[in-house]
Order: sequence, then structure tokens, then C-alpha cells
Amino acid sequence: MQNPYLPYPVRISEIITETEDRNLKTFKYVFIDPEDEEKFDYQAGQFAELSIAGKGEIPIGIASSPVEKGFLKFTVNKVGLVSTHLHNMKVGDVMGIRGPLGNWYPWDIMEGKNVVIIGGGFAFTTLRSSIVYMLANRDRFKEIHVIYGARTPGMLLYVDELKEWEKRDDIHMHITVDATDDPDWKYNKGFVPTITDQKAPPGTDDTYAIICGPPIMIKFTQPVLEKLDYAHDHIIMSLENRMKCGIGICGHCNIGRHFVCKDGPVFTLNQLNNMPKEY
Amino acid sequence: MKVLKINKDDWANGLKKLGESCRLLGPLKDGEFHNFKELGQGELPDFNFRNTRLSPKSIVYPQSEKMFDYTLDQNDPNHNILKEAEKDYSPQVVLGIRPCDAKALSLVKLNFDTPEYQDTYWLKRFESTTLVGLACHNPCSNCFCTSTGTGPFHPEALDMLLVEDNDQFLAQILTEKGEAIAKTAGWSTEAGSDAPAQITAMKEAAEGRMTSFISAENLKNKSAMEIYEDPYWEDVSFSCINCGTCTYLCPTCWCFDVQDETCGNCGIRMRNWDSCMYPLFSLHGSGHNPRGQKLQRVRQRFMHKLKYFLDKYDEGIQCVGCGRCVRYCPVNIDIRRVCELMNRSEACPVTI
Amino acid sequence: MLEYTEKIREISKQLLKECKVDMVIGFRKGTVPMMNEPTFIKSADEVGQLVWDSNCGINLANYLTNRKENIGIIAKGCDSRNICVHLVENKIRREQLHIIGVPCKGMIDKTKIADLFGKEILNVEEDGESIVVEGDGTAKVYKKKDVLQENCAICIHRNPVIYDDLVGDLVEEQKDVDRYEDVRKIEAMVPDQRWNYFDDLLKNCIRCYACRNACPLCYCPTCFVDESRPQWVGKSIDPTDTRTFHFLRAYHCAGRCTDCGACERACPVNIKVRTFTKKLEKDVKELFNFEAGLNPDVRPPLDVYKTQDPEDFIK
Repeated sequence: MQNPYLPYPVRISEIITETEDRNLKTFKYVFIDPEDEEKFDYQAGQFAELSIAGKGEIPIGIASSPVEKGFLKFTVNKVGLVSTHLHNMKVGDVMGIRGPLGNWYPWDIMEGKNVVIIGGGFAFTTLRSSIVYMLANRDRFKEIHVIYGARTPGMLLYVDELKEWEKRDDIHMHITVDATDDPDWKYNKGFVPTITDQKAPPGTDDTYAIICGPPIMIKFTQPVLEKLDYAHDHIIMSLENRMKCGIGICGHCNIGRHFVCKDGPVFTLNQLNNMPKEY
Repeated sequence: MKVLKINKDDWANGLKKLGESCRLLGPLKDGEFHNFKELGQGELPDFNFRNTRLSPKSIVYPQSEKMFDYTLDQNDPNHNILKEAEKDYSPQVVLGIRPCDAKALSLVKLNFDTPEYQDTYWLKRFESTTLVGLACHNPCSNCFCTSTGTGPFHPEALDMLLVEDNDQFLAQILTEKGEAIAKTAGWSTEAGSDAPAQITAMKEAAEGRMTSFISAENLKNKSAMEIYEDPYWEDVSFSCINCGTCTYLCPTCWCFDVQDETCGNCGIRMRNWDSCMYPLFSLHGSGHNPRGQKLQRVRQRFMHKLKYFLDKYDEGIQCVGCGRCVRYCPVNIDIRRVCELMNRSEACPVTI
Repeated sequence: MLEYTEKIREISKQLLKECKVDMVIGFRKGTVPMMNEPTFIKSADEVGQLVWDSNCGINLANYLTNRKENIGIIAKGCDSRNICVHLVENKIRREQLHIIGVPCKGMIDKTKIADLFGKEILNVEEDGESIVVEGDGTAKVYKKKDVLQENCAICIHRNPVIYDDLVGDLVEEQKDVDRYEDVRKIEAMVPDQRWNYFDDLLKNCIRCYACRNACPLCYCPTCFVDESRPQWVGKSIDPTDTRTFHFLRAYHCAGRCTDCGACERACPVNIKVRTFTKKLEKDVKELFNFEAGLNPDVRPPLDVYKTQDPEDFIK
């Protein structure tokens, strides 16, 4: 019997400070035992538990993409005990990763379909994973739209990649910020729901929207998508709840008959409509 | 089914022999109530009890359990890497577990042993445990086990069922594990051919003494969201003080928290029972709490036990009717009353 | 005491009818012997649910914390004292409250009665000063004064100290009560003995926090045992952590505790939790001549500085 609570030992290979408030850092990890990387077979949309001996574990969406080999990447917001400690760790430090955990965006269903990615703030991590995955398998999807917003230009994640994607003609990028006084800002200004209203393609049987962001963004984007005729089973969301085990056993993330960690974190709006709003 | 007869001398001698090869646990009185404890050498379990104050779930699932060891000493080549804690999974025999509490273990197993993940700690301990049940001749007035798919003589999850019959036990052997310990203990006297009928008669008499019942038959077909949005939750939850008594005493509550504790450079990762009654249970790192209100937490506990679990596994409700939460809730929130409210079918429209 | 029920219903009905309060907080009949359940009544039609007997030991002040409504509340002596503490600590405003005072003759101790009776109790009735306990085909009668909760047996504030209505005549307060006999016994122990005594006292604790949560004083938004940054106390049932929880909680209640007994009553494993709070209560009485909750206008001694404060503990 394999112990599902035992993390794989990993080493931090790179740390990137992502945002101007320095609260978001991306950690790149390599497995100490290469065989563990084989076992860590994941899909875009899944998460893992980052484990620090003496501090505990935190569930974080996987920001690297299954098509990127040799490392894992996580972008972590500094909020609690574990994430604060992690922000103080250095390249070369050893810690643990447990996963991959949870379900993923429904790639089999979305194959051959239009995909609209809508993200806000630091919840862009598994969306980055998804974009990289789709671009690496570009012929398997129709139109790809990305609407991504942050408070200010300095709060956007993965800026270099965003610029690269902007240059491509096989992905429609709609980057936005809530506000900026930067005269050189050449992208959108306005909240994500507004930009979605302006830029997102209309909902069809062949179009799926994936939304990740702060609750307030989700709350106001949902009616916009409804207005654009997106069916509720074509709106895909990823939940976050307090979690401990990550494998549907400890009970913390329970909502209705579901465990967010195991039966989610990815749910369609259709599913969420029939669940208590306890997230 | 094989039924043995064990008289008092055989009982004491058998336990002595069993104790040489495995740990024995049984109810012992400690102050005002009984709890399951490890028996000392030659010590006999005290069966003069209705049920233990705490459920025996801790025998398989301790309130605090070490999972891993680690060192933070930078000079140690394995620093920061969790190592499996050494555990003792040597065989143990639980003597005198009530059928309701054994049934609870089989319900909890659904959570710890899933197709995708197996909780190694729980399962290894469960597998190394032999359950010798003790039939309940006098159910408590607020026990309602017969309404929850178990009963005072219910054999599920047990390896052996002891039925007290005057100054001897009739012992039903229910599994190979039960067979094995009977052999080790030297219990081999077969009871007479009328024993099964005798046990059935005692079982029916015990069931006849039950005075408390719940109705849960409508729960399956009612929609979860409908019950969730019912108006009585404010009334049900008002008196709750958000303590963990109901969840900690409950044999079917299993939630846990994971904690690291470091002393100097060494430490352990452990898990501790947790309770959905505590606000901290669902608190997000951001400060947002999806069940920040008492009403939401009380509703969660009852919905989980009586509806979500039923919907998820189709193995009945997550309650065995042991009555502990009824007896020891400091403010008298009574699951029987709540179940009645949840189960209530709305007035049927008149059809012609 | 039973005649109080009628009066409670009458006053509550009036208050609700005249919309003087949004709800009345009181007790409804419990589903198991010797238990009543705190409840709220919002409609004059429902006042029939309200009851009063010797099983109303839960401190209702616990249900007032930070409430915004206008509330009628049934208050025996200790509840009224905890309402005072709440007023002093700004957990509720006096204008919000209509206090229905209950002169109290003590609550019965369900653990003690269960122990004395020895069998499963099916029914308990009270008849004046007698408590009739039935179960397993037998009945026994106990004198109420012999089966009171320990805190009630030594109570010297049975009458509410603050009220808007009374449901009966004030009762005579108990005099010449030795409130601290048990504390002195522990104080007299040598340290080893005392350590073992506490160890034994807490050995069954399951950290369910029923004692804390039943206590009207324990309203901190985040209790020190729940803090994670820094984490003051471990979360396991390690005896050191269990002791830390109980000792620190008692200290947090020093000069505020009214010895209402709610903590002890709530404990599912019969721990005599008052052992800790009472020592602090005694110290506050001896050092500052102060008893908590007697006057809503007086701040507790650990909340004020006076030049003549005793300081011989600074060594």
C-alpha cells in the first residue's frame, strides 16, 4: 500500500518575483529522484500540495504545463504560515510536493472546440498551464481567446510570456488592467467582466469558457457569459477551499456530496448550481 | 453458523492466552464512565456497561497520530525530507465493542478506503484489529440503532459476537479472524444446536426493548438543496455553542487536521481529529470563510451525516444511532429531532 | 420554581406583542432527562415553548454576544452577572435588553444524580425541594439541596443583580458559605502532589472546547489555541498542550468569571473545569476584593490600574 500522504522530495531550482508588490513568487522545482517525475503525471488544471517540513502543506495549482518537462512550476501568493515561509526559502532548498491532485479542465470534451480563458489576478496559474498546453497542441483546438486582467500592469503574472503570446496570430489575447497612468500601456483598461463583454466570442455549442479569479470577478463575469449565450455546462470554473489531505479523506473541503480536492477543483457552472454555495 | 460456549473460566484463561500474542483492548471504568483501554496482564474487560463514553473509533484512528518524522538539521543529508514514522501494527483484539460502533467502522471505511486512495494508517490498523462484539441486551433509552441499519445484535464488521447468557457467553464466529482468535484462546466448546434459536430470541427481546427510533426513509429522494434551504436551520442551530463534543464522541465522524510540530531540529507531521463545528475548519487563507456562520456549520454536520453521505455512497446514513451526541451535547441538540425535520415530507397535494 | 414558567411566558408574550423586543431567549424542554435547550422565541404565539425548572444551567448570556436585535432574556443570578460582564466589555448594550430576572434556587447536577442513581435515568421530576428520579422500574427521591451543581451549592448571588422584570419574589441569599474550601485543599498540596492532581484531572480531556464555548466570557474572535501565527499551543492531546489550554483559559477569565458552572456542566467527560477558574476567582477576591458581574458600571480589576494595587507577586 502506497502512503498517499508522503510527498516527493524536490529542490527549488529557480525563484522569480512576479509582481510589483512582491507578494507573488514563482517557484520552479526539480525532483530529487528522477523516477518521481515519471510518477507525477499531470494535466493542466490540477494542483499539488507543497509540503514544508515543520510548517505544513498548501494546495497550489500547477502553473507549469504537462508539455514542459524536467521541472514543475507554482506561483504562490504570500498569505499564511506555509506560503510566508516558502517566500523566504532559497534556490537549492529541499522540500516536498505531493500530487498531482484533483481533476482537470475537460480537455477531452474541449478538443476541437473554441476555448475562452478568463482569468483575474493571481488565479492565472493553471490557466497559464492550459494556454501552454493548448499552444503546444494547437491543431487540437479551434479559436483560443484569453482575457486576463490585474489591478495594475505590475500585478500581471508571466509578463514575458504574455508579450510572446500577444505576437502570435493563433491566439487572441485581451490583456487588461483595472487602472494605470502608464502612458505606454497599449492594452485594455477596465475590469475583466467589461472586457469579456467586449471581446469574448458568443456562446455556441462549440465554445467553452474557463474562468479563474477572485470571487468578485466571477460574480460579475457570470452574467456577462449568460448574456453572450454560454450554456451553464459550457462555463468551467475552478474552486479553492481550505484543504488538508488533498485526496478526499480529511473532510475539510467538503461541499455537498463533493470534495473540492478530489471531485474538483474543476466544476461546471451547471454542477455548481446544484451545490451549496460554500466556497 | 458456528456458535461456541465460553464459560467464565474459559474466558479468563482464553484472554490470558490471547494476550501472549496480541494486544487486548476492552472497556474499563475510569471514574464515572467506561472507555476502551489496553488491558494489563491478566486484566479482564469490564462488561458491566451500556456503552463507552468515547466511541472506540480511536482504536483504529487515534485522536492524535504521528504520520512522518523529519529533521531540519542542515548537516543531515535527508534534512527537510519526510520519513515514514515507525508504527506498531501488531495484532490487537478489541473485546466488547458494541455492534453499533463496529458498524460505524464499516461506514468510516468507505471514506478511508477509496478506489483512488487508501489511507494506509487507518487501513493497516483496521486490518490488524479483530473485533469481538458484545451484544446489547439493554439498549439505552436514546439509542436508535435499529433505525440506522444496525441493531443490538448486528454482526456487520464484527469477527465474533459475544452474547451474554447468564454466567456464560454464546460466541458467534463470524469471520476467519474470529475463528483464529477462538483457536488461540482455546475456545472450542460448541454450543448446543438450540443456540442459534436462543440468540435469535434474545436479539428479538433486545430489539423489543428499544424505545427510540428515527425515520430516514424520505431522505434519499428529497433533493439535497431543498433540505439545505429549509427554514428550520436557524431554530436547530440557535443553541449550538460550536464545540466539538458531537463530532469527537461520534463513532462515524472522521475529519482530521494535519499539523507539524518541531522541537529543536526534529519534528513530526501528525494528524489530529478536527471538527466541522469549528470556524477554523473551513477558513480560507484569504480570511474568507464559506461556513463562517454557526447555522452553516450545524447544517453541514447534519447534512453530511444524513444526506450527503447517503447520496455519495448509497450505504445508508452516516449515523449508527449510538446516541452519544444526544446524551452529551452540552445544549441538547438532538439528531433525532433534526432527522425528523429533514425527513418530513411536505403535505401531498390533493389528487382526485 | 416551576411557577416561574407561567410568569416567564406571560412577560415574554407581552414583550413580543408590544414589539418591545425582537426575540426572547430562554429555554425549551429538553429531549433527554435533566436537559433543557436554549432557544429563541420571535412570536407571541410560541411562548408556550418556554419553560423553567432546575435544568436551566446553561448560561444564556453566552447567546447575547454581539447581537444586534432587541432581546428579552431570561436571567437567573449568574446569567445576570454575565450580562453585566458583557455590558462592561461592550458585547451588548443595555438598551437592547429586557432582562426577565429569575430568583434562582440552584440547578441540579446531572452527573451527580446519574452517579447516585446508578442506572439509566428515564425521567426526572421536581416537586418543590424534592427531585424524583425514575428509571429501570425504580424511583428514588433526592433532596434538591443534596444534588445541586457544586457552584449552585455555594452560590451567594442567587438573585439577579440586574433586571427589568422579576418572575417571582427575591429569594434569600445563602449566608456563611465557604466558597473556597476545595481551592484551599489544592493550595495546601506540595507541588508534586498538585501536579499529579492536575494531571489526573485533565487526563480525559479531548480538546473539544465545550468548556470554552459554553462560557460567556470566551468570545474572542480567534481563541489563542486557534492562532497559527504564531502558534501558541499544539493541537494534539499532548498533556502539555491540554494543560496550557486549561490554565491559560482560566487566566483569561480572571476577574471576569462568575462561577456560573457552564464550563463544568458542558464537559462531555466530566472534568471539574471550575477547579482552575475558581482559584483565579479566589485570588481576585482576595487581592482586589472584587467579584465579577455585580455592577455594570465597574470595570474589572485587571482592566484598571490603581497605585495601591497589590504587587507582591513581582519578585
